[in-house]
Amino acid sequence: MANKLIKQMGLPNSIANIFTARNIITAKDALSLTEFELMEQLDVGMAEVKSAMAHISEVVCPPCQTALLLMEQRVRDERSAGHLPTRLRGLDEALCGGLPFGVVTELVGPAGIGKTQFCLKLSLLASLPANCGGLDGRVIYIDVESKFSSRRLIQIGIENFPEIFLKKGMAQEMAGRIVILRPTSLSEFTESLHHVQVSLLQKQVKLLIIDSMAALVLGEHDCGASRQQVLGWHVSFIKSLAEFSRIPIVVTNQVRSQTGDEPLTFSFQARSHSIKKEDRASYDSHLVAALGINWAHAVTIRLVLEARSGQRFIKLAKSPISPPLAFPFNITSSGLVLLDDDGIEMKGSEINTIHCQGQKALFNSEW
Amino acid sequence: MEVGMLPISASKRGKLLAAGYTSLRSISRASASQLATDIEVSEDEACEILKYASQTSALDRSIGNSNTSNLYGGQTAWTMLNEEKFNTRITTSCVDLDNILGGGITCKEVTELGGVPGIGKTQIGIQLAVNVQIPLEYGGLGGKAIYIDTEGSFMVERVLQIAEACIEDMPEYSHHFHNNVQDCEVKMHPNSILENIFYFRVCSYTEQIALVNYLDKFIEEHKDVKIIIIDSVTFHFRQDFDDMALRTRLLNEMALKLMKLARKFCLAVVLLNQVTTKYIEGSYQLTLALGDSWSHSCTNRIILFWNGDERHAYIDKSPSLKSASAAYSVTTRGIRNSNSSCKRIKMV
Repeated sequence: MANKLIKQMGLPNSIANIFTARNIITAKDALSLTEFELMEQLDVGMAEVKSAMAHISEVVCPPCQTALLLMEQRVRDERSAGHLPTRLRGLDEALCGGLPFGVVTELVGPAGIGKTQFCLKLSLLASLPANCGGLDGRVIYIDVESKFSSRRLIQIGIENFPEIFLKKGMAQEMAGRIVILRPTSLSEFTESLHHVQVSLLQKQVKLLIIDSMAALVLGEHDCGASRQQVLGWHVSFIKSLAEFSRIPIVVTNQVRSQTGDEPLTFSFQARSHSIKKEDRASYDSHLVAALGINWAHAVTIRLVLEARSGQRFIKLAKSPISPPLAFPFNITSSGLVLLDDDGIEMKGSEINTIHCQGQKALFNSEW
Repeated sequence: MEVGMLPISASKRGKLLAAGYTSLRSISRASASQLATDIEVSEDEACEILKYASQTSALDRSIGNSNTSNLYGGQTAWTMLNEEKFNTRITTSCVDLDNILGGGITCKEVTELGGVPGIGKTQIGIQLAVNVQIPLEYGGLGGKAIYIDTEGSFMVERVLQIAEACIEDMPEYSHHFHNNVQDCEVKMHPNSILENIFYFRVCSYTEQIALVNYLDKFIEEHKDVKIIIIDSVTFHFRQDFDDMALRTRLLNEMALKLMKLARKFCLAVVLLNQVTTKYIEGSYQLTLALGDSWSHSCTNRIILFWNGDERHAYIDKSPSLKSASAAYSVTTRGIRNSNSSCKRIKMV
């Protein structure tokens, strides 16, 4: 709506023509100016400017819906109410049915924790036929780090759904529904995002996975400021993709170690620093998500995968519907498996920290 | 007072000056037809100019006359004090937080709430949109809410949860407000709470500005709106914006318009903001986004942060409240006291 032409808004011709003559073509142009600037530029009186701006604003502003209407719409229209079940019972319950459609879900965790494993499983689930609880759709998998393994995909499939994958030809069909893109640079990635946008409209795509977002951006830019700007565009684009095509988007993020030994605090918290320091010293490593705080604000659901004393946990660090829960899990030949469906409710900021302790124990796990 | 102050187009202003009408007095002495011939406009337009001129000079005179207590549009501090007594507040459902806020989020003011991702900004926003509807009988406002979602994080399922819990806890709220327990039989249905939340999904900053412009008309039609929540004010202004001067100007203009709405319709405006890192005194620290000049725009500023294992809210800026912090928690039932007895009920 922002780029809607002023000419087409049903303003009286006399004033609409003045806007056009002064090269104020779209609503965006007009709304970026103050009333006084418009008075000067258009050379008309205050009253005219005010009424024209009120009209333009009314046309451009999005429609109003009551929350009740939204609710009814969700219930009626299963497509937009939908969730992609992760088949991890505890996690699905906490999230009211799985990863919700229309929002961006982020997986963040240290290397080798199981992010890609989780993505592989999700892409299988989305491609399964509806009668097996899948979404019966296509999957677009943007694989930046070349970690996608078809063999592992089929293995997970056979372990979880032997009735489908052992049937002749079915494995081929399932795997055929998953399209892998391998952009090597940020510009290529941007280009493929545009292609994705088009194919989302045409084909039955039910899931988009980007593994990993961090690798793309970190590989390209060292300079902090430009990184944020580059990311800014992608953030809004990916969010709007999710929203308008009503599919879940899963994005993975890496970790890096915090450069300073202090956690980030607000200036008024300075008093407590000395106590905090001792706390932090006892940690083996202090990890933070690689993409910064701007990115973290943009994702709707954040799942942290971490390891504490040799045990892996998946934590619901940010979610508008679920309490902060942590579930212990293992990686087995059938993929990610929860050890406990009840989950442990985390107290306080613990939910956001990313631990990576007992790495050795991790690599000894089953496969 | 000069001709330059008249709300007329630049070319007419130029014509007036060229014809020698430099002061308002000289204009008001002229007749419409005389003015029309002098500056070569139609008589209607001349009439309009005369109307503006007399309005402006009336305003001018009242400012000049400083003895009277009622200057144009002014109010004495005493009347303001009396009015403030009737200022209603919207409870946050967290008693500790209400206490430091003097009873809740104030109407007629713009309050900014900011904090790190996952601290519960959206949760507080939804809670307020529900709480504003607590009926008068229970000490609430019985109003409606406008929820402006820029990030797409508004979840109706969650609103329903909070609304249901709010109806169950309704008798409790009357305790907070009046100490005498009234047994009033006002039963609300969660659906009616949902129905009274007007939801706008904004997809660009242009739409955000347009919507804020349009709100005046919208609230005129829905007079019982008592709170506007923007979640978050930051998102679109943070992405894809190179011209920082333009951004600051647009933001300030928007804040002014919101402040005007708050006063005109006696409603609360709550702006949710994100955080960013800033290099201060040799180390990186967290601070609310949108920059320094934005931080002047809001009347109250509340920062949400982690203090050890508890979520805390800190009053960073307020003209009437002392800076203090209080703990709160986000539960299945919504925002509650951090030592609240209501345990999380497992969702099955």
